[in-house]
Amino acid sequence: MKRLNFLLLLAALIVVSGCGKRETRVEVANREQILLYGNKAEPQDLDPHVVQGVGEHQIISTLLEGLVAEDPKTLDPVPGLAERWEISPDGKVYTFHIRANAKWSNGDPVTAEDFVKSYRRILTPSLGSLYSYMLHPMKNAKAFNEGKLTDAAQLGVRAIDARTLEITLECPTAYLLNSMASHYTWWAVHMPTVEKHGDPYRPGNKWTRPETYVGNGPFILTEWVPNSVIRVRRNTNYWDSANVRLNGVDFLPIESIDSEERSFRAGQLHRTEELPNAKIDAYRKDNPDLLRIDDYLGNYFYRINVTHPALKDKRVRHALSQALDRQAIVETVTRGGQKPAFAFTPPNTAGYTSRAQLKFDIEGAKKLLADAGYPEGKGLPPIEIHYNTSENHRAIAEAIQQMWKKNLGVDATLRNEEWKVYLDTQTATNYMVSRAGWIGDYPDANAFLETFLSYSGNNRTGWANPEFDRLLQEAGCVSDVKQRTELLQQAEALLLDEMPLLPIYFYTRVYLLNPAVKNWHANYQDHHPFKYVYLEAPAK
Amino acid sequence: MFRFIAARLLQTIPVLFVVATMTFFMVRVMPGGPFDSERSVPPEIKRELDAYYGLDKPVFQQYLAYLGKLVRGDLGYSIKFANRSVNETIATTFPVSLQLGGMALGLALLLGITAGVMAALRPNSALDYAASGLSMMGICLPTFVLGPLLVFAFALKLQWVNASGWFDSTDIILPAITLGIVYAAYIARLTRGGMLEILSQDFIRTARAKGASEVRIIFRHALRGGLLPVISFLGPAAAGILTGSFVIEMIFQIPGLGRHFVTSVFNRDATMITGVAVFYAALIVFFNLLVDILQVWLNPKLKY
Repeated sequence: MKRLNFLLLLAALIVVSGCGKRETRVEVANREQILLYGNKAEPQDLDPHVVQGVGEHQIISTLLEGLVAEDPKTLDPVPGLAERWEISPDGKVYTFHIRANAKWSNGDPVTAEDFVKSYRRILTPSLGSLYSYMLHPMKNAKAFNEGKLTDAAQLGVRAIDARTLEITLECPTAYLLNSMASHYTWWAVHMPTVEKHGDPYRPGNKWTRPETYVGNGPFILTEWVPNSVIRVRRNTNYWDSANVRLNGVDFLPIESIDSEERSFRAGQLHRTEELPNAKIDAYRKDNPDLLRIDDYLGNYFYRINVTHPALKDKRVRHALSQALDRQAIVETVTRGGQKPAFAFTPPNTAGYTSRAQLKFDIEGAKKLLADAGYPEGKGLPPIEIHYNTSENHRAIAEAIQQMWKKNLGVDATLRNEEWKVYLDTQTATNYMVSRAGWIGDYPDANAFLETFLSYSGNNRTGWANPEFDRLLQEAGCVSDVKQRTELLQQAEALLLDEMPLLPIYFYTRVYLLNPAVKNWHANYQDHHPFKYVYLEAPAK
Repeated sequence: MFRFIAARLLQTIPVLFVVATMTFFMVRVMPGGPFDSERSVPPEIKRELDAYYGLDKPVFQQYLAYLGKLVRGDLGYSIKFANRSVNETIATTFPVSLQLGGMALGLALLLGITAGVMAALRPNSALDYAASGLSMMGICLPTFVLGPLLVFAFALKLQWVNASGWFDSTDIILPAITLGIVYAAYIARLTRGGMLEILSQDFIRTARAKGASEVRIIFRHALRGGLLPVISFLGPAAAGILTGSFVIEMIFQIPGLGRHFVTSVFNRDATMITGVAVFYAALIVFFNLLVDILQVWLNPKLKY
């Protein structure tokens, strides 16, 4: 009997401790104004001149600020560390005036010289920066970066005085300010700190540890446990600290998207990086207030190897494209609110929408194929669709395989490869049709179109067109906006007509967001300047 | 005994050498390199990076340089996470894996031996079938099913613990159970077998005839021999628990070493791959040595 009593007591204790609902992490964080942010991957580093990921952007954007910053709603360039700037009439010289109260987190003033040294650093070949080409619009930057020019003084950047920086460009670059605001390669590092913790011009510098990180953004790095958490807290030396509403952000690199979703449900995260496809419908139905689907500056497409005998004829390529029911793919396969892609550049990219549009036309496709000598697909070898191993890519490839068979009578086979092997195969153009994705580095059609320049390493289709190259080069060097847009339109029309690629859909970002997060705006770069964000728990 | 250990330690040298050599060359013949990404790498930059990591030198020269550093205990710097050395990564993540693995192994031993002994005491009874059935289930249930199930029950429904992370002291509970349960099942089956064999031997009958209590018979006489199969299983099991925690670390977001063992291959992070492989090899050799010593100590039939 005594034993039974004891067991009952134990059971009661367990029940009571279970019922006394614990305060979740999110509830605590709401009170403390700490944003809990699912960041998916462990950052490679927090040095803006070394990294290349999107996840790294989110963290670095709390620690560093550009001369120009992003408007939280539109992402349009607004004053950052520079309070104002002037652009010369020919669009080639930008003069930035740095704020008098812009300071590094250690109290040092932010100077024009910091930017000069930083730009020299990222362009120095020995650093091996994989993203240094973002600075190539700057005068002599490309030559210096490729080691053809060794005199750093000839770079198009100089400090006129401590607070005035002048940047000279090769050509007027319409998207320069956007790029400077949104891309970390344009942000400065505190060189005395970098020099103290290793060779500033080699990989592997250790200045990015919490004990040593010196930044100039709204937050400072306070803790970094690899694969566990990165904590940033308010930087009182930041020039606009009074208007920063969060006290900090905890970035949680949860790689498994299923675990991330469970952590969100358990009240451990304000925001997930992604949502498993299989769960989208459930959230749509039961918790639409938590689900966010934002348009994203990216295109999911297939590369076509134009040197392959079966795909040399562009009529075949067009037939393959016209036989695709893209609407059906986004509605029944991807199901994350994606938009069917009938062009390469996403619509309304900084006001640009491609005039040329592909179409869905089965009869037309059949005719094209017959004209090319393959009536009803007869005589055409099976098209091999190559993709990197993933459930989602396979589902899309299978849908396309079926559409080609049903609409054209064309057979297709599937070949998947592990990520790095897949990249190798693609670079060697050793495929027929290969899956690809492209996310714009900056909001401009050029960010997409330039990947198909004949000399671009990102082309990978064997397609080279001198007229296309000329149009883009010219667009890069005209200052008149209208004229530039026209050239880009012509280039995109030419690209879509030649069709070395098969656009399928425009990306969306599908994620979960706790309603307590305020001042969070949907935008196509998934940038949410953290200095404006704040937390407000819903009234109970 | 000292000679035995010394000899075994000496034997580990060629083993580690072979592991280091094989992983080194296998990594080199893998397609794809550490700097490949969706965005192409400019050739000038690639050249600089290759030169920095010595990847531009002939493979054999790279190999000699690598061995030279290895004998000094320097595993080099990660290529993906350029400012973290492999030694540092192991030093910070291995204690986490060890803590989790130790807890899981402890749990596995506690559950497994208890269930095994109980089953062996009443062979072919309902209790025996229940224990065997449960352990069969434990063996069959994959961790990527069990883990999320536990999270669903204890983190999402009951809200007793967190769904992921490595922050609170309670964060170890679910992953340790998930990781330990499979091994508990194996241990239960091995214990049952070992105990059944021992319990039918003459010296146990003698003990019973002398009037020794059942408790004394089990703990004093039977367990020592009955656990021998478990002990020989422990070497590979300990190594398996420590290396096999990749899935668990992903499910529960634990900053352990197991994930580096796997992700470094996806990243083609040559130094990390070879470094972690050699470290794990050393660990396995060490555990096997430990088990050999234990076995001789427990089994009077063996000698050093």
